[in-house]
Amino acid sequence: MPLLWLILSVLAIATTGYVLGRARVMAGAGGDSRDLHSLPSYYGYNVALKVVLPSFLLLLVWLLAQPLIVNGTVAADIPESAIPDGSSRDLIMSEVRRTAEGLDNAVAQGLMTEDFARSARSDFNDVTQRLKDAGQIVTAQVTQPILEAAQRYRIMNDTGNLILSALVILVALAGAAWGMREMRPEFRARNVVERVVHGVLVAAASVAILTTVGIVLSLVFNTIEFFRLYPAWDFFFGTTWSPSFTGRGGSSELGVLPLLWGTFYISIVALLVAVPVGLFAAIYLSEYATPRVRSVAKPMLEVLAGIPTIVYGLFALLTVGPLLMAVFGKDGLGWMQAGTAVMTAGLVMGIMLIPFVSSLSDDIINSVPQAMRDGSYGLGATKSETIRQVVLPAALPGIVGAILLAASRAIGETMIVVLGAGAAARLSLNPFEAMTTVTAKIVSQLTGDADFASPEALVAFALGMTLFVITLGLNIFALYIVRKYREQYE
Amino acid sequence: MTDATLNTGGDRPGSSLATQDARTKRRNRAEARFKAYGLTAILIGIFFLVVLAVSIIRSGSPAFTRTIVGVEFTITQPQIEAAEGELFKTKAYQTLFIDALKQQLDARGMEMEFDEESIERLLGKVGSTLREYYQANPGEIGTPVSFELAASSRVDGYLNGRLTRDSVKDSRFLMAADLDLVDALQEAGIVRSSLNWTFITGADSGVDNPGGAGIGASVVGSFFMMLVVLVLSLPIGVAASIYLEEFAPQNRFTDLIEVNISNLAAVPSIVFGILGLAVFIQFAHLPQSAPLVGGLVLTLMTLPTIIISTRASLRAVPPSIRDAALGVGASKMQSVFHHVLPLAMPGILTGTIIGLAQALGETAPLLLIGMVGFVARGYPDGVVSGFMDPNSAMPAQIYTWAARADPSFYEKAWGGIIVLLVFLLTMNIIAIILRRRFERRW
Repeated sequence: MPLLWLILSVLAIATTGYVLGRARVMAGAGGDSRDLHSLPSYYGYNVALKVVLPSFLLLLVWLLAQPLIVNGTVAADIPESAIPDGSSRDLIMSEVRRTAEGLDNAVAQGLMTEDFARSARSDFNDVTQRLKDAGQIVTAQVTQPILEAAQRYRIMNDTGNLILSALVILVALAGAAWGMREMRPEFRARNVVERVVHGVLVAAASVAILTTVGIVLSLVFNTIEFFRLYPAWDFFFGTTWSPSFTGRGGSSELGVLPLLWGTFYISIVALLVAVPVGLFAAIYLSEYATPRVRSVAKPMLEVLAGIPTIVYGLFALLTVGPLLMAVFGKDGLGWMQAGTAVMTAGLVMGIMLIPFVSSLSDDIINSVPQAMRDGSYGLGATKSETIRQVVLPAALPGIVGAILLAASRAIGETMIVVLGAGAAARLSLNPFEAMTTVTAKIVSQLTGDADFASPEALVAFALGMTLFVITLGLNIFALYIVRKYREQYE
Repeated sequence: MTDATLNTGGDRPGSSLATQDARTKRRNRAEARFKAYGLTAILIGIFFLVVLAVSIIRSGSPAFTRTIVGVEFTITQPQIEAAEGELFKTKAYQTLFIDALKQQLDARGMEMEFDEESIERLLGKVGSTLREYYQANPGEIGTPVSFELAASSRVDGYLNGRLTRDSVKDSRFLMAADLDLVDALQEAGIVRSSLNWTFITGADSGVDNPGGAGIGASVVGSFFMMLVVLVLSLPIGVAASIYLEEFAPQNRFTDLIEVNISNLAAVPSIVFGILGLAVFIQFAHLPQSAPLVGGLVLTLMTLPTIIISTRASLRAVPPSIRDAALGVGASKMQSVFHHVLPLAMPGILTGTIIGLAQALGETAPLLLIGMVGFVARGYPDGVVSGFMDPNSAMPAQIYTWAARADPSFYEKAWGGIIVLLVFLLTMNIIAIILRRRFERRW
């Protein structure tokens, strides 16, 4: 039974349960809802929840577990002799899955009968050709072990789906029966329903924890896998980044230092643009601007924050890059070889960060109490002296926090550097040279690659781990500074 | 007790409020400078915004027009038969077409010499287009038909100024000499530009066909992704916020959730891409490049944003509402779901729309789950295939175009950005209207 129908039938059972449960308890109370412990609808909800929750939980767990079990069993059954040199069990398994999908498609299109798909032998029938006819891309000739595995895979999945459908419906009906048995007027339906809803709320709140756990686990496991193939020392202290493109490993040098240097260099250029502009903009907006100027200028700056980063990336690649080339390139000062460089990416990233710095600092400057300014004016200070000597020192922890958050944003930014910074990893001081960053290399090592066995692909997870730790550290440090040094005004 | 001696003159010689002394002047100049710095900073920000807007509009608008060559063309039955009898049938059609074009130019008094290759460079395979047309519509044989043929993207580039005569390098795509023909055709009114529907509704094309590339299919991909994000992140986000704001006791578990949410909001988006790749594709074996996976990843990414804004709007509902509900006998749960939540709903929806807009423009995680490259080949067949079949999304499609070697695709990328920004603008305007219309101040 297709998944959609299964879900719909469970929902139908739940609706029926709601109506029947409500009707039954009303009948039990003689039609007078005042004799019930709770409002009548709670009795209906009680039945419906007892149908929906267990069956959907079962469905979810089963859907997660089934592919794992089926894959594991089928993979274990492929004989060692069927795996060619230079291949791996994972690669064979993906071929098996493709073949199985192809058989499904072929049956769906009527090119094969179900019996044929189950019993075909590649040495007697031209399965490969038939699958190609069905529009399935099968890489090479489908060999007998693969076909057998694919057939097993299909049978196991079919049986699994059948059992799943039956079990889910059964659980739903059992839940309905359980709920119906409780339908007595003195049953405390509201308390039960509210307890369940409370549980659902807690579960939803825990998604945040689950996400973090998922991020950490997926990074940690693959990073460990990477360090088993490639020495950690060479990764952290290597000064060359030159992955080999054959994917067979061995000749790659995967030192993270050039990438970290590129990341920090670009971030520093970005902050050199964003911090002065953002800070002065915030000071002007909060201290000098008339309400009318403020109501126009502040939203305009914030538009810069709402623009997707891909737009900035394209802006760097196609507008700022050529512009810088015209000034610093071969026709100008001759410092620049190509449009993609640290300067290009840094400049554009700085523009992106201006509203980030300005709106955070604006809030902080505004929260400095007016009494402090008035005191300063009363001693004869000018407005700018007050800002420099009273307001800014008072707001400093918050501003430092804002700058650190902007730095963490700059380090994690991807699209601008992928398009604007170039692809060459080098340790250089020249800001007009192309350099690359951690994020850009994660993208280039992982796109279009489904095989996670080579160090060249796995290194992306180690890079991701590095990035995660750095940005998390910066964020925590920023929050710590804000909390520790914040002045408490009453 | 000391008597303060009134110090007349002395260290302030000739001081008068009417004239400024040097120190006051210096301080006032510093004041003016400081104010100017601030104003400059604002102007720099606005200047960047204007430059960005101008370069988007100027570079992107050509993507929405294309050059059409309109030729009135008549073919007779004997001509068809003769052409079908030849070895290279499409070539025979092409010769007929070129003759017709020459006649039209002659009729306007402009004699031009051009050969088949230059026509092929300008218009593509005209012969096969004509042949297919007449095979599909045999009734049109003998009557004049006005054909509208799309010119190649390089002709587009020449006419809208992206290519100039000097910058054209002779290649198999375009010779400088072909441009004479284009000029002549333009003078004769045969070449004109029209709205490029292919770009708005079409799917991605191969690397060698910039003219046929369209963003429609990836708009659909984005739509399915946003559907997943909306269906998952709104209920989960609201439920999590209700728990944290109304029910959570002060304990370590609550603190843990709070810390996690604020940290997740600051995790770089590419890390969510890694999570999606490892969990949804590597572990759960969901299909690569599927909008479903993209939607799941973006859901996890937008949840913190939605939770933070939802909590703010729940907090804005005054406690007296809750107290009143509890006072007339509602349970805590009833007071939240029947009174607080409906009052907070406009704020929640505004926050959700802004979160969705953010997710719509996000690119980096989509690159990692494979929604990049030549994946938006066509529209999905139905709802299930819309979620499960490989497709791209608007920002990923723009990246794909920007990463291609052929500069003709850059124009498409800028055009794609205009489409993306139109969607974002619409969503933000809806959010602002919602806020203005329904926001209640207590």
